[in-house]
Amino acid sequence: MAFKGAIEVDTQKCKGCSVCIANCPTDSIRLSDKVNSKGYHYAEMTGDACIGCSNCATVCPDSVITVYRVKI
Amino acid sequence: MAEKILMKGNEAIAISAIRNGVDGYFGYPITPQSEVMETLMKEKPWETTGMVVLQAESETSSINMLYGGASCGKKVMTSSSSPGVSLMCEGISYIAGAELPCVVVDVMRGGPGLGTIQPSQSDYNQIVKGGGHGDYHNIVIAPASAQDMYDFVDWGFELAFKYRNPVVVLADGIIGQMMEKVEMHPMKPRRTAEEILRDAPWAVTGKPASRERHIITSLSLDADIQEQFNIKLKEKYAMIEANEVRFSEYMTGDAEYIFVAFGCSSRICEAVVDELRAEGIKAGLLRPITLYPFPSGEIARLAAQAKSMMSIELNLGQMVHDVRLAVNGACPVGFYGRQGGNIYTPEEIVAEFKKFNGLA
Amino acid sequence: MSISIEEIKKPENIVYRRPALLTDNVMHYCPGCSHGTVHKLVAEVIEEMGIQDRTIGISPVGCSVFAYNYIDIDWEEAAHGRAPALATATKRLCPDKYVFTYQGDGDLASIGTAEIIHACSRGENIVVIFINNGIYGMTGGQMAPTTLIGMKTSTTPYGRDPKLNGFPLVIADMISHLDGTAYITRQSVHTAVAARKAKSAIRKAFEYSAKGIGLSFVEIVSTCNSGWKMTPVEANKWMVENMFAKYPIGDIKDVLK
Repeated sequence: MAFKGAIEVDTQKCKGCSVCIANCPTDSIRLSDKVNSKGYHYAEMTGDACIGCSNCATVCPDSVITVYRVKI
Repeated sequence: MAEKILMKGNEAIAISAIRNGVDGYFGYPITPQSEVMETLMKEKPWETTGMVVLQAESETSSINMLYGGASCGKKVMTSSSSPGVSLMCEGISYIAGAELPCVVVDVMRGGPGLGTIQPSQSDYNQIVKGGGHGDYHNIVIAPASAQDMYDFVDWGFELAFKYRNPVVVLADGIIGQMMEKVEMHPMKPRRTAEEILRDAPWAVTGKPASRERHIITSLSLDADIQEQFNIKLKEKYAMIEANEVRFSEYMTGDAEYIFVAFGCSSRICEAVVDELRAEGIKAGLLRPITLYPFPSGEIARLAAQAKSMMSIELNLGQMVHDVRLAVNGACPVGFYGRQGGNIYTPEEIVAEFKKFNGLA
Repeated sequence: MSISIEEIKKPENIVYRRPALLTDNVMHYCPGCSHGTVHKLVAEVIEEMGIQDRTIGISPVGCSVFAYNYIDIDWEEAAHGRAPALATATKRLCPDKYVFTYQGDGDLASIGTAEIIHACSRGENIVVIFINNGIYGMTGGQMAPTTLIGMKTSTTPYGRDPKLNGFPLVIADMISHLDGTAYITRQSVHTAVAARKAKSAIRKAFEYSAKGIGLSFVEIVSTCNSGWKMTPVEANKWMVENMFAKYPIGDIKDVLK
């Protein structure tokens, strides 16, 4: 059984600390080229390798990540 | 008829706490007030009323235990003596800043520093003027008998909860150690959880989904918010000054010479007034029972009829400054005091009085 | 089978979301600060145990002074170092409540040593969450009692020298010798695995505090990337390579084991 996942980032609250990126096992997060109203480059999902493991959200200090997961 | 028991002032504090439904006492031993906690431990109120009694590791901890207990809307108190109260002043400032009710008993001894273990009234400035940092006032009530010690615990909590403000019972080593008959009033039960919600709706009681969370804090980083809070405190103090001044007078009706004295000194000054009256000198005594709020209005009224006033204190002259402010030049103001644990005799005060007034 | 991102992002597929017990306030902490992660874990534990209406938190002086802005429970904000004294009275006067302090290493291990040692010694039935990042964050990166030897801070600009500044204070080990402590553990939150273990430890501490067996103490070895002058990811790496040697991760004491 395999999983496919996705994340939703509250971009206005993200501070771009990148701890989620360091914890992603599938390299599915990057910092956006854009900045939010505070001037932070926020985290965003990249590619389609996300497995919805929640590691990123678990370590996110600002709790700005929602994780979705489906079985495929 | 109410029961009367012979006891020390310090013991009266302890017995009164149990009988008036106090929820918690947190203290640290220091002479001359250690009998307060000793009496509580001997009485074991946790087995009867459920009152918590705890010997803390320091006065710093005791006062912060009061902060914690008061945050929950509980009736909490501590007692100490001058050096211990110095350590508590940080906590008292936080309690004033967080607008929490509590009762602190200061059984004063001589200072500065380790000073002496004998009686003194030298914490007047520290307690009446605040003691800790920031713009705040303690409500300060000054007992002059073991009965006062008993009665002022309950009165102290009434004021503390009415104004959400720390109340200091400013006693001294004489009142604490002296044995007198104390009349017991009927027991008051500790408040129930429902009564706490009613009397302290601001308290930290665990947040149900139905209300916003309660936060007990003295912190606001925003200058405007802090200033608004300071102004709110000032309004509260104005209410206290308008409503809570309490004093007693002895032979002041036709008095030409007024003594001002609080606590044990007021007891001694009654004898002074009697001696002077026996000599045909019209003397009288004003005893401030509340030191904050100070009976400035009554002192001003008496100053208008007096040839002079004298403040008699067991210190180097602390309350006398408040007397002078109240008199505001209407008559001469003198001072006589003893220090270091020495106590004046009525004869000594009579002699000083005559010297000051040119009557010798 | 191919499924689009939009199809995955449906409410029924949510497996992780911000705990409801965290308020909507944006945390004032620096990007990557461990405080936010620990706040979240504490909120999750309280939420999962269903004890919001029976929990009282006590915040310290330091960066986490504003913890009360983030977790939706009743709070008391203590003077510097005094949180265990507040907690002592709160728990003794309200024994049916879960009472925890949340303190940094300046607050707990320096100015508040008397309060924490005696709360442990008396066996108060409270939870202490201890954030140890080896530095004073709020005041701008000064030496803490927990600062490692050689570590540069604004008051040890040439590195902590034991001749000048003494040695790091290892509080968790010290209090493990006190009979009043029930559960002492040291955790971290730099990886998802570590954070999940830390959450289990926090939950155990809360559960133990209701058993009347003494004080439970959860130290979280943390980062202060601003104070350490590193990026958050570099700070996590530095913590693993340096802090863990002095403050090893794992349970130190468990009286029920």
